[in-house]
Amino acid sequence: MNDLLPFEWIAAIRFLREGRLQSLFIVSGVAIGVAVIVFMSALLSGMQVNIFKRVLTSQPHITLERPKEAARPQRADEPGEAVLATVQKPSQRVSTVDQWRKVRDDMRRRPDVLAVSPTVAGPAFVIRGDGSQAISLIGIDPEEYVKIVPIPEKIVAGTFRMTNSDMLVGTQLAEDLGVQLGDKLRVATAAGGSLTLTIAGVFDMGSRGVNQRNVYVLLTTAQNLLQLIGGVSSIDLTVPDPMQAEVVARSIANETGLDALSWIANNNQLFVALSAQTFTSEMIRFFVGLSVAAGIASVLVVSVVQRSKEVGILRAMGGSRGQLLRVFLIQGAVVGLLGSIIGSAIAAGLIAAWREIARNPDGTAMFPLTIDPQLFAWAALIATLTGLLAAVTPAIRAAHLEPVAAIRG
Amino acid sequence: MVDEVLRLEGVTKSYGLGTPAETEVLHGIDLVLEKGEFSALIGPSGSGKSTLLNIVGLLDRPTRGKLYISGRDTSTLDEAALTQLRGRTIGFVFQYHYLLSAFTALENVMMPMLLANGRPDEQMRVTARDLLEKVGLLPFQNSRATNMSGGQQQRVAIARALALNPPLVLADEPTGNLDTQSADNVFQLMKQVSAASKTTVLLVTHNMDLARRCDRIIELVDGRLVSDRATPAA
Repeated sequence: MNDLLPFEWIAAIRFLREGRLQSLFIVSGVAIGVAVIVFMSALLSGMQVNIFKRVLTSQPHITLERPKEAARPQRADEPGEAVLATVQKPSQRVSTVDQWRKVRDDMRRRPDVLAVSPTVAGPAFVIRGDGSQAISLIGIDPEEYVKIVPIPEKIVAGTFRMTNSDMLVGTQLAEDLGVQLGDKLRVATAAGGSLTLTIAGVFDMGSRGVNQRNVYVLLTTAQNLLQLIGGVSSIDLTVPDPMQAEVVARSIANETGLDALSWIANNNQLFVALSAQTFTSEMIRFFVGLSVAAGIASVLVVSVVQRSKEVGILRAMGGSRGQLLRVFLIQGAVVGLLGSIIGSAIAAGLIAAWREIARNPDGTAMFPLTIDPQLFAWAALIATLTGLLAAVTPAIRAAHLEPVAAIRG
Repeated sequence: MVDEVLRLEGVTKSYGLGTPAETEVLHGIDLVLEKGEFSALIGPSGSGKSTLLNIVGLLDRPTRGKLYISGRDTSTLDEAALTQLRGRTIGFVFQYHYLLSAFTALENVMMPMLLANGRPDEQMRVTARDLLEKVGLLPFQNSRATNMSGGQQQRVAIARALALNPPLVLADEPTGNLDTQSADNVFQLMKQVSAASKTTVLLVTHNMDLARRCDRIIELVDGRLVSDRATPAA
């Protein structure tokens, strides 16, 4: 007996140690539950971080555009009397953001904006011989734009060279047109612009659609082709915290009167999918936690029944209800804590194994799994509380055993 | 009156109170036990001996009547106060000894002190060792109950009952489960201890030979005290 421990702790630990096999099974049960929860959480957050990273590196966090052109109904002379019955929506042209240089400078001064890059984007064709392909022509300011989308990192052939006769195409477009580095392609737009440009680099953004559609040229080249001299069709921004993009976007929209589209609004489906995934994993965690609690409770209930004589004798010798209640509550908490420590160790092992096993065909890690000490601390805390809660019913039962009945029984 | 350890006044006990099956098992028991008295409570099975012992041991409450322990009326005490009073004033020795198997002999003897004080200390160990020495089991202080014979376990239980030096020890058939030799040893030990520390002992037994060796024999039949006499030898 350790003189530093009170009776309740001494008895709880002795009882657990005496019921060796029972304790072993229930601690293993808790450990497996905790391992599943911790590993699954690490897997899920690693995967989500990875998805966000991939989505975010090929697009700006916020895009500012001129508000959509809207037709207004002709005013009625009398209230309730409309002159025109239907209002047709106008088709949207590529048009410039008013006062874009001022907007750009205003944006650069905002503390919640990291990088600002004006772009000109519009539909175009690339033509080679008899073949043609519809593309999305994006005119960029190279120095600014790389802060938003790191194109140089994505170049798989050639270089990130941008002069007014250069273009960057995606791997898919290059394949579809059968072109390679240094080939020349004619780019034409519906507005009547037409230029022959040289392929200076081929990029791979990790998305087939983007690799097929996006063609990057110099801002001025795009302005010429899209007949938008001196103008820009949008201003792209990045913010320090991507998850706050929508908040920042709304604030900018209110301030400037422009349409501010955050990547969150643009990727609504992705967010729905990710939150469904998070919800599913929370359900799994909840039910694993519940079954762990049920396991602890059932083992302790059996233990109370097995020890009813000992509980009776302790009560006869002057043990109070509170003391016996605490003996069983502590057993639950200790089982939870021990299980969570072992479970966290198992989870750490699984995470390490995952790092070794889950690799892309080229040998790089599929996505990084981080071991978050906070996750382990939470697991320990929650498992201990679960054990404590699970022990409440058995403990109350033990505390209310009548000494006479317990001893006779 | 100062030497009175236990007083029962008109104690009755009924089970199934308020139901058609209500049965009264004790009918108006009056009994006084004085300091240092070594009494036997005898009677046939079903006469209410265990019920009486449970009431005297504060493990059960009488339906009517009063119970005084060392002059203190227990009828007004609540559950927690009864538990505390029980722990400090009454030692129990049961037929099936009920040592805690998760603890050693020494720790079992320390248990009443531990329950009363909350934390173990060196003084408790010293007291427990003294008691184990008295019952002749000091060499077994670190043995578990499961590694000891029935007689040895019962001697540990006696040492445990004396841990807080209670004025009253209640023994429910303490030798009922032992062979004649061990039973005799245990009985001798209880008598010695009672004489040495002036502890009042109430011993429930079926064994008339043992009863005759007590100071006083109280006989219970059908829930009534039918005789209460001092033994000639005493």
